[in-house]
Amino acid sequence: MSFLNYLISGISLGSIYAIIALGYTMVYGIAKMLNFAHGDVIMVGAYICFYSVSRFGLPAPVGVLAAVLVCTALGIVVERLAYKPLRAAPSLAVLITAIGVSYFLQNAALLLWTSNPKVFPNFFAAKKADGTVITGIDLAGGQLTISYVTIVTIAACVIIMLALTWFTGNTKMGKAMRACSEDKGAAQLMGIDVNSTISVTFAIGSGLAAIAGVLLCSAYPNLVPTTGSMPGIKAFTAAVFGGIGSIPGALLGGILLGVLEIFAKAYISTQLSDAIVFAALIVVLLVKPSGLLGKPIREKV
Amino acid sequence: MKKFTCFLIALAMVMSLAACGGSSNGGSSTGGSTTPAASGGSTATEPAPDGSTEAAAGAFKIGGTGPLTGGAAIYGNAAKNGAQIAVDEINAAGGIQFDLRYEDDTHDAEKAVNAYNALKDWGMQISLGSVTSKPCEATSTETYADRIFALTPSASSTAVIEGKDNQFQMCFTDPNQGTASAQYIAEQNLGTKIAIIWKNDDVYSKGIHDTFIDEANARGMAVVSDTTFADGNDTDFSVQLSDAQKNGADLVFLPMYYQPASLIFAQANAMGYAPKWFGVDGMDGILTMEGFDPALAEGVMLLTPFNADATDAKTANFVQKYQDAFGEIPNQFAADGYDCVYAYAQALQAAGATPDMTAEQLNDLMIAQFTSMTFDGITGTSMTWDASGAVSKSPKGMIIQNGAYVGMD
Amino acid sequence: MKKLTKTSRRNYLTYLIVIAAFVILQILRTTGAMSSSLKGMLVPICAYMVMAASLNLTVGILGELSLGHAGFMSVGAFTGTTVAIALQDAVPAAPLRLFLALIAAAVGAALAGFLIGIPVLRLNGDYLAIVTLAFGEIIKAIFNNLYLGLDSRGLHVSLLADTTNTAPDGKMIIQGPMGIGGIQKISTFTAGFLLVMISLIVIFHLTGSRAGRAIMAIRDNRIAAESVGVNITKYKMMAFVTSAALAGSAGALFAMNYSTIVANKFDFNTSILVLVFVVLGGLGNMLGSLVAAAALTILPEALRQFADYRMLVYAIVLILVMLATNNPTIKAFFGRLKPGSRSGKEAA
Repeated sequence: MSFLNYLISGISLGSIYAIIALGYTMVYGIAKMLNFAHGDVIMVGAYICFYSVSRFGLPAPVGVLAAVLVCTALGIVVERLAYKPLRAAPSLAVLITAIGVSYFLQNAALLLWTSNPKVFPNFFAAKKADGTVITGIDLAGGQLTISYVTIVTIAACVIIMLALTWFTGNTKMGKAMRACSEDKGAAQLMGIDVNSTISVTFAIGSGLAAIAGVLLCSAYPNLVPTTGSMPGIKAFTAAVFGGIGSIPGALLGGILLGVLEIFAKAYISTQLSDAIVFAALIVVLLVKPSGLLGKPIREKV
Repeated sequence: MKKFTCFLIALAMVMSLAACGGSSNGGSSTGGSTTPAASGGSTATEPAPDGSTEAAAGAFKIGGTGPLTGGAAIYGNAAKNGAQIAVDEINAAGGIQFDLRYEDDTHDAEKAVNAYNALKDWGMQISLGSVTSKPCEATSTETYADRIFALTPSASSTAVIEGKDNQFQMCFTDPNQGTASAQYIAEQNLGTKIAIIWKNDDVYSKGIHDTFIDEANARGMAVVSDTTFADGNDTDFSVQLSDAQKNGADLVFLPMYYQPASLIFAQANAMGYAPKWFGVDGMDGILTMEGFDPALAEGVMLLTPFNADATDAKTANFVQKYQDAFGEIPNQFAADGYDCVYAYAQALQAAGATPDMTAEQLNDLMIAQFTSMTFDGITGTSMTWDASGAVSKSPKGMIIQNGAYVGMD
Repeated sequence: MKKLTKTSRRNYLTYLIVIAAFVILQILRTTGAMSSSLKGMLVPICAYMVMAASLNLTVGILGELSLGHAGFMSVGAFTGTTVAIALQDAVPAAPLRLFLALIAAAVGAALAGFLIGIPVLRLNGDYLAIVTLAFGEIIKAIFNNLYLGLDSRGLHVSLLADTTNTAPDGKMIIQGPMGIGGIQKISTFTAGFLLVMISLIVIFHLTGSRAGRAIMAIRDNRIAAESVGVNITKYKMMAFVTSAALAGSAGALFAMNYSTIVANKFDFNTSILVLVFVVLGGLGNMLGSLVAAAALTILPEALRQFADYRMLVYAIVLILVMLATNNPTIKAFFGRLKPGSRSGKEAA
């Protein structure tokens, strides 16, 4: 029974990584850029939602909507000011700028919202008549518990994954995105506005980050200005694990990474769990150099 | 093409060098007239700036480093704010005047030494060391070599004071806390099977953990589960809690700060696991986290020198002022910072020190004073220091009941 | 002068600037005209310069992105410091002990670089980057759990918990998460300067040699290089191991400037910081790396006057510099002022 319990914990943790990884992989797939500020956009989203709900007493869905709107706007502004002027620059220059943006967001959050941790409200809890709070569904006579947050997160991941797949496959903008990801120059020649396509990608990625932020903080309700940075790096790892650029790969990679982390802690060592997770990543990449679901890149001579 | 990039950087470097020189000059010439650390800018009604600008020529320059940005910013800002309130009070009362300056060390030994050097350029006479242990270990080597007296509010590792005659602590040393916790648990018969969850990349947590284990073994207590977490791995505690539960632990010892502890309580609650919880001074602050459900911490025991709910006049005054100025309830770091400044005021007064003395003269006076004086603060009464620099004060056993601390004895 | 190619002219210019900077700073230091703040930063600046130059070898010359370079710095820091502590009684002369420690650090890191290089160099692009990130994290996790004691019976090592059974007459050197404490500060500015010079000599000799041309051929077109018979693995490994060895010695120099060192110092953020130096200074441009390392180490300290806004201003400056250095108009503007740019460099 403890095995199943660990599996459920792993999936819970993994679903959080997965939802962050979706945003990462989307931006990477189309703009070919590692957006290291993604984790910090997540943090901003969580703060916006926290303040709307806890300080201004707005209902939770409004708080989430506010977070999505603010983050989308933030994504557009950051993209316009910091990334767009570098469209022609080498990708490393954009990477460094993204790191600058990440520092900026963290320190702006520190000044705006102070370093005191905030405890995020749990939106996914039911109150029983006797006042006790239920946060999950009991299975097998109470021996297993799946929290509502996990169920919502996995549902959100699947919905987002399907929506993104549909969007990139069937809409005009989505097709333009895929064209940009294949070959920017050729896309431009075909009359696609590459600049605005990439801007839209960032807007969508940032909106997804807001949702990820709310779910991250609902599952692990501790909110500080550095909340997004480590999960961001883990999610980036998850995205590579699954094959960066691949939307189902992000989901698979995230969940596998979470399960692996929990199993490493449970069965090997809590002290070395991170080392084990990264070692597994290395092994996977050596066997499948483009990740689990990544497309192998053919080199043309 | 690269050359032009290089040229721009060269320009930037020249400019930053110039700025560097400029700032150090500016610091020494205008040092007394403004208080750079006064950061309560958001609260317009705060009277503090008046108090601190009074302290012009005849003020002792007192400096400290702490993490004011980054992941550990909460500790540095708390200590800084606490010290600032004490400085404002003392300056407003007349008599000894202080000029306080805190520099950011981002919880990093390298940056702490940089910050310390910046303070030295400013003309610091006495030091508040560093807020966190590892950076303080690095700066204490510097203050020892430079003969500047240092009293750290909260750097609790023994390496901070070991072998250095002019380094003193306001907080307990880590081993002291580990031993005291194990003793307390054994004497009060709080648990028979004990689990420990600790942070294995943190000096504070590691120090307490090791001495706790030693003392527990010496007393024949059964430690049935010993699990860890680390930075970047500090959100999910299901494995650690399952391990404790599986091994039938009836008391879980948490030598850590309150942030991860709040997650542990929430996750244990969701699992339906309800052992006795025992924390150390880092646990203080959990009740004042914005949005925290105090029911989760019901029955948590901790050894702490400070509690913000205490009703004595000194604590009430401090908590009130802190809330007015910074909009938050102070934690023990703030209280330690506050006490440090008052301890300095008392020692300087008793020694008849004047602000025109050099750092080295003050250093000798302070060593003599601190090893002989008794100090009553908000983190303890009748505190004394021995020649090693460690403080002697008794931790209070507290238990959280109905969302408030209650004395256990 | 006719024998000097453009590259070697630039190399000599780099040496010259570094020597001139050292002489000027040394004069300022001894005459007391330097602030304590700058004085305290001299050794870490040298260490970061070596780090930047060595990472530039991997990223700029070899053309592979590494996100775990701090891992080699960590290996060097721990190896070098351990050697220095172990030799404390046997070698009383501090400069000699520092020298031996730096050598040991370079060897240790080179070994780590070789072992990591075997799997890593089979990959390309972003996947290689993420694997180096993973190795950096693994190295950090290992040092955070490593215990090393020294007594009359020799060295004792254990992982996870202190089971070294070090005799009471001996002492613990590495104590897991507490790292190494009580380090004697034997790193000096002169040693730092010499290390920067040695790194430059090593890198310039490597890039100027046949092997260096092979390495750059791999960077520019791997398939073409392979088709003309360049042994890809061998030359990639050569650059990677050299880069690791230099990073290791930088780590030891850095560690022995402070009384304490912990594994968490050499984390992902440090790797990224060094990468920022390299990109800002220009890929393949060693002088640029050195200048960027110095400027970006000083910058946060120079911004202390901004108090609470310090790191915010730092972030803005970083973004603006990246935008400015990649702005086509500015680039074109300086393109027309070629001689002007050179005089600017000499002034720095």
